[in-house]
Parts: sequence; structure tokens; C-alpha cells
Amino acid sequence: MNSLNKRLSAEKRFQAYGLFAVALSMFFVLILMWKIFSTGSGAFVRTTIEANVFFNPDFIQVNQNSLEKELYRASYVALADEVVRQNHPNLNEEQFIKVREMYTRKFDYQLRDYLLENPDKIGQSIIMKITASSDLDQIVKGNYPRDVPEAQRKINDYQLSVLDKLTSEGKVSSVFNFWFFTKGDSRDPETAGIWGAVMGSLYALIICFSFAFPIGLLASVYLEEFVKPGKVTDIIEVNINNLAAVPSIVFGLLGLGMLIGVIGLPYQVPLVGGLVLGFMTLPTIIIASRASLRSVPPSIREGALAVGATKMQTVFHHVIPLSLPGTLTGTIIGMAQALGETAPLLMIGMVAFVMEIPGGPLDPATGLPSQIYLWSESAERGFLEKTSAGIMLLLLFLIIMNTAAVLIRRRLEIKW
Amino acid sequence: MIYFALLILVIISYLFYYIGKKRALNLKFNGNIKLSSQPDYFGYYVVLMALIPALLMWFGLLLFKGNFQEMFVMSPILFPDISTWSDGKLGLILNKLNNLSVIVNLPLDDLTNGEKSILNMASENELTAAKNLANFDKIYGWSNLTLFIILPIILGFLATRSISGKLNAQPIVEKIITYIIKGSSYIAILITIGIFLSLVFEAINFFRYVNPVDFFFSTGWNPNRAFVVDASEGFDKDDLENAFGFIPLLTGTLLIATVAMIVAIPLGLMSAIYLAEYASKRVRDIAKPIIEILAGIPTVVYGFFAALSLAPFIKDVGESVGLPVSAESALAAGLAMGVMIIPFVSSLSDDVIKAVPQSLRDGSYALGATRSETIKKVILPAALAGIMGSFLLAVSRAIGETMIVVMAASLRANLTFNPLEPATTITTQIVTSLIGDVEFDNPKTLVAFALGLTLFLMTLLLNILAITIVKKYREKYE
Repeated sequence: MNSLNKRLSAEKRFQAYGLFAVALSMFFVLILMWKIFSTGSGAFVRTTIEANVFFNPDFIQVNQNSLEKELYRASYVALADEVVRQNHPNLNEEQFIKVREMYTRKFDYQLRDYLLENPDKIGQSIIMKITASSDLDQIVKGNYPRDVPEAQRKINDYQLSVLDKLTSEGKVSSVFNFWFFTKGDSRDPETAGIWGAVMGSLYALIICFSFAFPIGLLASVYLEEFVKPGKVTDIIEVNINNLAAVPSIVFGLLGLGMLIGVIGLPYQVPLVGGLVLGFMTLPTIIIASRASLRSVPPSIREGALAVGATKMQTVFHHVIPLSLPGTLTGTIIGMAQALGETAPLLMIGMVAFVMEIPGGPLDPATGLPSQIYLWSESAERGFLEKTSAGIMLLLLFLIIMNTAAVLIRRRLEIKW
Repeated sequence: MIYFALLILVIISYLFYYIGKKRALNLKFNGNIKLSSQPDYFGYYVVLMALIPALLMWFGLLLFKGNFQEMFVMSPILFPDISTWSDGKLGLILNKLNNLSVIVNLPLDDLTNGEKSILNMASENELTAAKNLANFDKIYGWSNLTLFIILPIILGFLATRSISGKLNAQPIVEKIITYIIKGSSYIAILITIGIFLSLVFEAINFFRYVNPVDFFFSTGWNPNRAFVVDASEGFDKDDLENAFGFIPLLTGTLLIATVAMIVAIPLGLMSAIYLAEYASKRVRDIAKPIIEILAGIPTVVYGFFAALSLAPFIKDVGESVGLPVSAESALAAGLAMGVMIIPFVSSLSDDVIKAVPQSLRDGSYALGATRSETIKKVILPAALAGIMGSFLLAVSRAIGETMIVVMAASLRANLTFNPLEPATTITTQIVTSLIGDVEFDNPKTLVAFALGLTLFLMTLLLNILAITIVKKYREKYE
């Protein structure tokens, strides 16, 4: 009896271990998500300071009749300084520098962009919400503590007192950070955006798809429909299975050594990135597509052949259309993996500082995951926020793609 | 430009399909000629005939663009001493010319002051070369456009003319498509060959600088020594002794992979057992996708998490009990990697556990064994080979994993087996050696390929072993 009790309690223990393992794994998912959402949500708002802006023609040296090009080239730095002086009168030089630091360094561009859109405002006064510097932003958001000694703060006591004065006047406000979704990378966290990286990844994925999908589909058709199992198919099959397990960094080395080194394609462009991702995705697509072709019942083929179709007609008119949902599902899952791959992008140089938003697959660009990596390497708290926000965006894209794959499978796949 | 060309290509294809089909129909109904194929096939025939040569030539032009460009721009007439230049200098000049070629033909008014000074600083020959380069780009662009428009139009026209009652289009089209399909399936092999060749070639280049015995057996890793030496003067093998020693990277990789496996194997295997043998269908339907989420999260996210939260946490915990823990400890990277691999182990083990025939379970229950006894004494031994295979695949995953270790592990090589100390890995060093300037004549860059080759062979070996084991196991029960 005693031994039975022992055995039963061993049974309970074992079951508890299993439950514990499952629970712990699920806990890891939760903690990852929580950490990312809690650090990243701040990136979607930015702090602004309301200021009176007088577009003084003397400072920018343009007038109402200036061409757009002249407006674009004019220097707005002096105007930006003047805006600060006007809104904070009676500052000595030291105080001015401190107050200027509270606004973003790039706010001359903000002035320029406004004037380019509203050229009639030259010589007029308007009220503008000017972006605050990243350090001020972090203080307002509460990510930097205020109650530590001055030496440990990036914002000193004088700046804090100015901030409190501005807050009491109701001039400090938070707005939705559109820049994060529309701008390229920047040296300053407050003006850095993810759009350049998103476009880089998009171009890479387009190249990846246009390489891997047709070739994967045709290769699987050849292997499933046209050759009898034999030595050649065995070699190709073993090869595909091994290729699927090759570390992604090795594909990156292939891109660097072959595509860039031997063929001479340019460094850090989405074309090379997309091709490398395509090489990686190809085995996934072939494996999924073959499974999908195999699930089409032989009766379909025999029916087509019986009414006089050639092998080619049977395959292209009947078998492929029926297997396409399965192939597409595999392709989308493969592309989702490719979107999250970082290592190959590092190898082929898509990890540099790129401010411009790429206009095509031959423009220098970063990818979404490599932008996340770049930001995560930066020490500034403002970039930490951007990193997490970038991860949230990346996860969102992955969720969308995987959901699409599931939907295609549910809606279109035919169960025989 | 390239989009324009692609658009034209699509339009031309459709037009030729239409023209070919139309002509075939015309022959059939107005000329009363009996055709030997369906009219569609004449359309396909014309499209294939028009486009394939153009595409092949375009691809060739793309491949050899660099060679043409060099012939055109870097000629000995402009640069008499070009044959004595090193690759580095050649690259620098080419880069300069590229920048110049953008601005050289612009009117002076459009230039900024910086661009003007670049122009002023360039020599006369460089300006000529830059103009040549700009012209070359123009000529190249035009020749591409010709290939895309004029050649297909001529060929398509000829193909359309050749349509007659005697021409049997269908077998020709099907033959061409068969070749295309066959070619596609060989591309997977080509990629493998490409990987192998590019790794081997650059690795051989590396071993010209560094003795292979030194590389595989020395314990010092200080790749920055390769910087001290001027690449153009060549390297002395003595300078590089103990600069590229593989051993500390191997131990670091294995250390982090071991930590990862210690996390992933028990958790993954126990989750798989619980979900396959104990959990109700409802629990399984909820828990399984959640665990699979872990597999879908990009590794850069794990790396960020490991570096941002896990490493400081472990350091704090260690220090609170009086253990000195590095901020870049192998433990943090290994733990994050382990979490990443949990779903990999669990889903592979799940498959093998499910493949164990029900009769084995029933037999064990009939003898009075409890569920856990059945699992431990019957199911696991029966599934052992498959589970081993899945472990090996997981190890291969861990060895090849890059982003987590790049972000959370150390860059400094450290020959240690203590997980609280920093350690570096093969993949980390590949990335480090390629960040910054890539020079194919410096061992500091080339070592990435030697490391890549070693990594490729290690993972290949593990994969083949795993696949063989799993296959053998499957045959036993199917």
C-alpha cells in the first residue's frame, strides 16, 4: 500500500513538473511582451513646447517672392535661436544655451518644413508647437527621475525651473508622434523615425518574394510531379532539408562573399538583402509547397489526363491551382521569418545610419530588425524607447502576416 | 528606371501573347489552316521566344557591369600607374569618381559650396574619368532599355512571322517550361554550392595569412593585431601568431549553448510531454500556440531583452548573494537563447511522442503502470532516438544563433567554463569582424569566412546526424 502511495505521489509530481514547464514557458511570453510594451509605449507620444514664431525675413534672408528652392536652402538656425530668445526674454548667454538645449536641435528643420508648406507666413507671427529635446521629453514622461542630485541629471536645476514655469503656463503638451512613423533615422531620438527601415524591409521582402516564390513553386512542382524518385531527387531533397537548417548568418556570408564580393552588387541595399532572405526562404517554400502538392488527390490528375490533357496542362491547369493556398501559406510564414531575420542584414551592410527614406531596392537602407539592433546599441534613454516601439511594430507586422497565413489556410485550403 | 523597364516587359509580354494568339486564330478561321496546337500556345510561344534571350542578355550585362565599367573608366590612359595600385586605393578612387560623376555634369549654380570644393580638388584626369563614368551610366542605362524594348520586339516579330500550320507550338513551349522548372529545382543546389564556394575561397585567402594549425589550436584571440600591420605591405605570420585562435570562441559557443540547452531541454521536453499526454484538448489548444509565439519572435527581440533586462537582473541577483557576475555573462545570453529554443524542442518532441503507437501505452497501462511510469519507462525509451534528434537540431540552432549573442554576450574572448564570466561566440566574432570597413585583403575581415566555414560544417554535421537518427526512428514504427 505504501509503495502504491509513493507511486501515486510520483505520478502527481511528474504531472506538476509538466504543468510547471508549460506555465513557465507561457510566463516567458508574458514577461517579454510586458517588458516591451512598458518600455516602448512612450515612443508614440512626444513632448512639445508652445512658442511664438515670427518668421523674420531678415533672419532667413528670403521674402514673399522667393522661390521654393531658395526657401529650402535658406538657413533657419539663426531664426531658431531668435525664436528661443523671443520666447524667453532677458536671458544671459549661459542661460540661453541651457534653454536652447531644451528644444530639439533639429527645430530649424521644423521651421523650414512649416515655411515650405505655408510660404505666405513670411513676415508673420504664429504659434507653433516645437518639439522638445529628448532629455526634456524623458523628464516629462517620468523616465528620468527629478529628485536626484543635479550632477546625475541630464537636465539641470535651471532648466527644470524653466520647464516648471512653462508647464504652469500650459505651454508643455504631448502630441502623437507622427514623426516616428514618417521619418528616417536620426542622431537625435526625438526626431528619429522608423519609416526608412520599414521601407527598406518592404523592398527586401518584395525582392525576396519575387525570387523565392516562383522558384520555390516551380522547384516543388518539378520534384513532386515531373521526376520519379531517384538519385537526383534524393540529392536535391537532402540538400533542401540541410539548407533549411543552415544558420542565417552563413547566408549573410554568402551574400557578402558572392553577391557583393564576386558579382559586385552594391553594399547595404535591399536588393542584396532581399536576395539573401530569398535564399533562406526558398527551402521553407519548397517544403510547404511539396506537402501541398502531395495532398492533391491523384484522381484530379488522372481525370485531367483521361480527357487528353498533357502532363504540363494537368499540372498547371489543375494541380497547381488546387495546391496554391497551401503554398501561399508556407510562403507567408517563410516571409514572416525573413522579416525578423537580422544577422544576414548585418553581414551585407544594411545596418548603417541612413537618414533618407529609400526610394527603391537599390538605395542604401536599413531593415526593420537591423534598425532595432542599431537603436538598441545606443546608450540614450530616448532610443531605448524607440527600440521597444520598433519591436512592437515588427511584432505587429509578424502578427498580421501569420494571421493572413492562418486565414488563407482556413478559408481556401481544400480538405480532400 | 528599373520599374519602368519591368512595366514595359509586362506590357510587351501581354501584347505578344495577344498577337501570337490572334495570328493563330486568324490562320485557323480566315486562312483555313489546320493548326497542330491550341491558339493559346502560339501566344506563349511568341512571348517565350521574345523574352528569354533578352532576359539572359540583361542578366549577363548585370553580371559584368563592373568589368565594363572598369574598362571604360579606370583605363591606363587616364591613370598611367594604375597597375601598381592596391585594391584599397582602387576602391577609394572608384568611390571618389562615383561621387564626382553625380555632380560633374551639373550646372555650377546648382552646386553647394561643399560640392564645388570637391570639384576644385579633383585632378583633370579624375574629372575626365568621372565624366566617362557618368556617360557610362547613361550608355549602360540606354543599352538596358534597348535590351528590354528593341530586342524583344524584333524577336517577337520574327516569332510571330514563323507561326504557320507547320509549326507545332505546344511541344516547344512545354519543353522550354520543363527546362525552366528543372532549372528552378537546381537553384537550391546552386545556393548550397555558392555558400560552400564563397566560404571556402575566402577561408583559403585567410589561411594564406594565418597558419591553419594556429587558427584551430591556438588559445589567443586578438584580431585587432591585424590592424597594426599595414595590409599593403603584407603580413608577417609571426605578427599574427595568437591573433586568431579559434579555441576560446569554440568554448564560449559551447558554454552558451550548454546553458541554453539546460533551460530548453527540460522545459521543452516536459511541456511536450504534458501537452501530449496530460493536457485536455482545450488546454492544449490554448497553450500550444502561446508557446509557439516564442518561436515566432525575432531573435533581435530576445537579444534586446537579454541585454536590457536579463543581464542586469542576473548581475543584481549574483551580487546580492556575493557572487561577482559580469554584465555580459554567458548566463544571460544562454538563458535568453534557451527560452528561444523551448518551442523548437517542444514541437519536435511532441511530434515524436505522438508517433509512438497507442498500443505501447495500452500495454503498459494494462500491466498496471501509472501514466508517469508509462511515459518514463515506455514512451520515452521508444521515442528516444527521435528526441535525441530533436536535441541535436536544437544544439545546431543554438550554435548558429547570432543576434542574441551579438547583443548580450561579450566581444572579448575568454577561455572559461564559468557561466558567470563573459564569453564570446563564433557568430559574435563573425559579426564584429564584418562591422565597419570590409576589406577582402585583410585577415581581420577574412577570418569571418573561416569562422563561417567552421560554423557551417559544424551545423551541417549536427543536422545530418539528427536527420539520420530521426529517419531511422521513423522507419521503426511506420
